[in-house]
Amino acid sequence: MKHTLSILVNNHPGVMSHVSGLFTRRGYNIDSIAVGVTDNPEVSSMTIVLNGDDFVVGQVKNQLLKLPDVLRVQDMAYASSVQRELVLVSFSISENNRSEALTICNGFDVKILEMTEDSLLIEFSGNSRQVSNIIAVLKPFGIREISRTGQIAIAYRNQNAV
Amino acid sequence: MTSTTEAITGGRLMVELLEEAGVEIVFGYPGGAILPFYDELYHSKKIKHILVRHEQGAIHMAEGYARSTGKLGVCIATSGPGATNLITGLTDAKMDSIPILAITGQVSTDAIGTDAFQEADIFGITIPITKYNALIKKADDLARHFEEAIKIAMGGRPGPVLLDFPKDVQLEKTSVRKASALKIAPHHYERPKVKGDPQEFADALNQAKRPLLYVGGGAINSFASAEIKALAEKANAPVTTTLMGLGAFPGTHTLSVGMLGMHGTAYANKAVLECDYILNLGARFDDRVAKYQDFAPNAVRAHVDIDAAEFNKRINVDHILHGDLKDAIREILPFVKGGDRTGWISRIQTLKQNHPLDYDNSGESIKPQDFLNRVYTKTKGEAIVSTDVGQHQMWAAQYYLFDKPNTWLTSGGLGTMGFGLPAAIGAKFGNPDKTVICVTGDGSFQMCIQELATIAQSKLGVKILLFNNNFLGMVRQWQELFYEERFSESQWSYNPNFVKLAEAYDIPAMRIEKKSEIDKGVEFFLKDSGSALIEVMIPAEEKVFPMIPAGKSQQDLIEFKDLGKLKK
Repeated sequence: MKHTLSILVNNHPGVMSHVSGLFTRRGYNIDSIAVGVTDNPEVSSMTIVLNGDDFVVGQVKNQLLKLPDVLRVQDMAYASSVQRELVLVSFSISENNRSEALTICNGFDVKILEMTEDSLLIEFSGNSRQVSNIIAVLKPFGIREISRTGQIAIAYRNQNAV
Repeated sequence: MTSTTEAITGGRLMVELLEEAGVEIVFGYPGGAILPFYDELYHSKKIKHILVRHEQGAIHMAEGYARSTGKLGVCIATSGPGATNLITGLTDAKMDSIPILAITGQVSTDAIGTDAFQEADIFGITIPITKYNALIKKADDLARHFEEAIKIAMGGRPGPVLLDFPKDVQLEKTSVRKASALKIAPHHYERPKVKGDPQEFADALNQAKRPLLYVGGGAINSFASAEIKALAEKANAPVTTTLMGLGAFPGTHTLSVGMLGMHGTAYANKAVLECDYILNLGARFDDRVAKYQDFAPNAVRAHVDIDAAEFNKRINVDHILHGDLKDAIREILPFVKGGDRTGWISRIQTLKQNHPLDYDNSGESIKPQDFLNRVYTKTKGEAIVSTDVGQHQMWAAQYYLFDKPNTWLTSGGLGTMGFGLPAAIGAKFGNPDKTVICVTGDGSFQMCIQELATIAQSKLGVKILLFNNNFLGMVRQWQELFYEERFSESQWSYNPNFVKLAEAYDIPAMRIEKKSEIDKGVEFFLKDSGSALIEVMIPAEEKVFPMIPAGKSQQDLIEFKDLGKLKK
């Protein structure tokens, strides 16, 4: 089962290695990892997606909390948090299928960043399932390059609103 | 909290901070990148520096010092190869939760990352094997890192920390320093409140008919011996300890059932099978003790630990108390009732009588068990004993009864051959008035043998008990029992003359080969306070029993008397 961990850490050099090293050492695989500084320049926020049962995730949480630079670990339940990923895709088009491509982009609320005679460069953000969907839909055109950020997440303030 | 004073160099500040923290002794080896620090150390009147022959020796000495005194152990190395020679010791200290501060020199900040001479990314290398580490890039940051490092090493579950110290930072001037006093005194740092319900904990113990206390190395780190004794006596509960917990409960106490696990006593392992309540005090359900989820199959399981990550890590438990062991037991004690457990205690006595520690002492050869028994009697059980790793380690654990904490120094988690000799040296520096014995084997001894020079140079009284069977004995034992006697590369076809070798370092030495020489040997080896080496020739086929084969559980225990069955 996929779990999304939101982790607050001190924004020091080496902290990222400490966190990712912990996963390596214990043999846990990271599906995605995204890091950025928070409003406080001393603190960074990491979102780590991993696959594992409750035991594995419990162990990961406990081990993470042992690291002196880890300030908080939150297991984000899907229903009570917003989860987003950004993807940039460059794919091939031709005269024959250009309008089809544009229709798809419109339908998916995709932002077009560049259009040439034979290619489209687009930006899309959504949850991981939506990101995977758009990639699947564009695949038949011929994908030239793809770049995904990995997932970020934040909890809803009002947990009852779901 | 920092304050500003007159500017001094980073190297000078480091020495002053060590002095203020109460560090009296450091073990190290100088080199280019740590020279400015060593130059300042030259002027220190408070810190004694022990020059070692290899950095691995330095960190194991710091460990021996820390394990026997409960204080912080400090070791110094230069950059690159000096620093990487600390790796084994750092891992050892991490596995056994020993408070160590390792200080390494680093190439100058402008050379970092250029593959400079004697450069190694020791910060990156040691991330997984330290509790905390830092590369100090500015002398102004030094005091902050130093404070954090000591607090982390000594606080909570102790462990090794490493500070990497570029050469130019040692020369840079700073006026930023600590204001509050750091201490390396044992149990000095504030301990968080115990979490959990001590009453619920005690209730489960009170209801038990056949309780068993299972004591680990955490009991040593927490200085909880008196509390454990009080708890055991109040609850009338037998006590077994792990290899790391030896000495935390008196081995001679009537409630003691000795060590459990792979080479623990048969009665301890049988008590685990029969108990209806097992209370883990600062142990970690290590795989040499608790192989499977069916560990203590009939028991309610309870666990006290300072490290929350240990709960339900390998074995699921029913009750949890999170906190310092000493504090936790103090909270449990008032709720503990003294039940009538005569039946259980007499059952334990029966197990002890029917399944004693056993070996065949007929014949002319010297049995290591016998020899260790004699050493135990001669020292009245009051020596500090360090060991290396292998058969001799297990015999020492079984046949030298430890009554006091911090007197048994062994590499438990990592199983580091080469640990014993330097650990004994460190312990002797920390306990100059006590007899310190290093029990070692011909294999292990040769891994840090160069530290004989450190003994000689300091005129230190370390006793070396070397069991020689011209084999890697434990490897041989496994090959004999589980690999159809294919002794692949476990026999030493060459060993040096250990007696002459010791004498080359001005250490009096003697070899004995026959049982009739035992008394003479024990007498020679322990006669005065000086150093001595006794080489005891033992039969290669002597084995450690009981034994739980690797991957098996308590049910599969093999005793000495089962040997015939096993070999058919």
